[in-house]
Amino acid sequence: MSRRTLALLGLVAFLLALVAGLGTPTARAQSSPIKIGFLSPLTGAASALGKDMLNGTELYLDEINRTVAGRKIELIVEDTEGNTQTALTKARKLVDQDHVHILSGGLLASTGYAIHPFAEAQKIPTTYPVMSSDDLTQRKPAKWVVRTGWNSSQSTHALGDWVIKNTKYRKIAAVAADYAFGWESVGGFQRTFEEGGGQIVQKVWVPLNTNDFAPFLSQVKRDADAVFAVFFGKLALQFMKEYENSGLKGRLPLFSNGTTVDESVLPQMGDEALGTISTLHYSAALENPTNQRFAKAFEAKAGKIPSYYAETCYTNARWIAEAIKAVGGKVEDREALLAALRKVELKDFPRGPVKIDAFGNPVQNVYIRKVERVGGKLQNSVVFTYPSVSQFWKYNPEEYLKTPLYTRDYPPCKAC
Amino acid sequence: MMRRGPSMLIGVTVVAALAAVVAPWLPSYPLTLLTQAMIVAILAMSLDVLLGFTGLPSLGHAAYFGVAAYAVAILTTERQSGFVLCLVAGIVIAAVTAALFGLIAIRATGTYFLMITLALGMVVWGLAFRWVSLTKGDNGISGVPRPDLGLPWVDPGLMWKPLPFFYFSLVCALVAVALLGVIVRSPFGMSLKGIRESESRMRILGYNVWLHKYLAFIIAGTFAGFSGVLWAYYNGFVSPVDVQLVTSVEALLMVALGGQGTLLGPAAGAAIIVFLKNFVSVYTKRWLLILGAVYIGVILFAPRGLAGAFHRRSS
Repeated sequence: MSRRTLALLGLVAFLLALVAGLGTPTARAQSSPIKIGFLSPLTGAASALGKDMLNGTELYLDEINRTVAGRKIELIVEDTEGNTQTALTKARKLVDQDHVHILSGGLLASTGYAIHPFAEAQKIPTTYPVMSSDDLTQRKPAKWVVRTGWNSSQSTHALGDWVIKNTKYRKIAAVAADYAFGWESVGGFQRTFEEGGGQIVQKVWVPLNTNDFAPFLSQVKRDADAVFAVFFGKLALQFMKEYENSGLKGRLPLFSNGTTVDESVLPQMGDEALGTISTLHYSAALENPTNQRFAKAFEAKAGKIPSYYAETCYTNARWIAEAIKAVGGKVEDREALLAALRKVELKDFPRGPVKIDAFGNPVQNVYIRKVERVGGKLQNSVVFTYPSVSQFWKYNPEEYLKTPLYTRDYPPCKAC
Repeated sequence: MMRRGPSMLIGVTVVAALAAVVAPWLPSYPLTLLTQAMIVAILAMSLDVLLGFTGLPSLGHAAYFGVAAYAVAILTTERQSGFVLCLVAGIVIAAVTAALFGLIAIRATGTYFLMITLALGMVVWGLAFRWVSLTKGDNGISGVPRPDLGLPWVDPGLMWKPLPFFYFSLVCALVAVALLGVIVRSPFGMSLKGIRESESRMRILGYNVWLHKYLAFIIAGTFAGFSGVLWAYYNGFVSPVDVQLVTSVEALLMVALGGQGTLLGPAAGAAIIVFLKNFVSVYTKRWLLILGAVYIGVILFAPRGLAGAFHRRSS
């Protein structure tokens, strides 16, 4: 290899580095819009969800003309590719280079855990509209992070309670995606369900890269009264189909967490989903006026019904706007902005009234929904509402935090 | 061969000096990318020892990178271990993993080698994903602090700033380049090249081909581990993404893009991919298309990589 070669190679790398410094737009002091950095998976397997997230955010910002408290809002969107390493690099870019005032977005739980220390070190007010991993606001909360979405076991605690109070099923088999979100969702359900006198008789964990559900569904104990399922995206679609094809649907009623029949997958499902009872802090079929208006506007913008990902990001954008209003547009005072983000309390989000607890997680309604066909389309009709549900259900937070995080083996499956 | 030694030395010196001089004027984001490029360059160069010099295409190189990163993450977050212990532990565990996997993988050649290394890489990924009590599974381990070098005259918080950490990474990359350069230029490195060109001939000449390949495998794994240690410190976060197939493939692409068997080519390839990934994506959602086009372009017009293309033109 010649010297010229090496010099050229070196130069390529460093010219790129220089372009980095010079080619990107830097903040201009005089016009000074409020900058919101938004991380969303716009490419890769989760890009459909990422687009819902972005559409929801933009819908709200456009409604308020991208202006709050007399200042323009500039939304800077970065693609995370559904990869936490990329998300972390992009978060650095948003804070170091774009000097955003607020960081928001993200999809994967691991992204949440990775951004926690970053937000703390940078002292940057951050909101998580989607990431639901329990410990983000339980055993490992971050001062600078406010969750505007939900946590995994928040809604399944409620479902466990509902099944005890409203059905005669006492032996339930859990079939769930084998990763933290699945474990936490099942854990929450198991805890309240077993405390009410029920039994989880089996836990079938399905790997995320599964293409064939038959080996898993054939394991389901035939003496169970019902099945509780936790899936999302493509897995949810496959699960529903095969639950019917394997003949289980007629015999064992199906309960699920919210994402299994979320509106991000529901339109692609058919009659196999009918009758599924699920739990979430939102349903596109909610009848309150804000949601009716939001659902219509979202459909007009995106050409599909809003998923929870869309609603939570719409709500997140409004949440941020309310906090900016509360500090009179002075977002440069980060401590004040953070305090304002933690004080937002509104009665009329599409999902219903929301306030925030001391750990930074929303206290909000949880809806028990049933998949029905209305006007030819599937929807999650609300059959019961648990008002003001905290992430700790009805337990005392301090005692709750002394128990371990829900995992594959906790709570232990005593009746398995 | 006589010409190549000094030219490489000069090349490295020029690039390093340029980087060191330019760095203080760079804004912090490009600087962190440059740091990332330095660290990933070590990974790409370590893979080049296998792919470029020995002719063994490994699809599981992220395994050694990953186990070292996990070692650092676990030691720092669970035991608050210091830098020296983490560095040694990370490198040793990567070397041991490579020594174990090498026993299984080296028996195969060509496609079979590719498949066995792929499978071994997946084993490590599976452990990272499922051994939740140790690795925290899918959530990853966050909160890895930057290294405190433990030198009395250095402020312990120094490495948190982008510039000192960049210089630190630069020095580490230089150490790696120097060591790897010595290795591939040594008689041992020459025999590796011989094995790449013709295994049977080397065997007839009396070389222990298996042992040479095995040692190359361990050396590559060890340096990948070095890169993994730095990566854990740089990112502050380790997750199964670091050991997954995509990371291994990306390392292979870096080597192919830069030019295999040139050591510095893969380093440049690493830098280019890091910048393409993080920059182009700022301007367009279609950045994957651009990255794909770059790969196809290199394969069509410079099958020996960028270094190979320049080399051909200048000679």
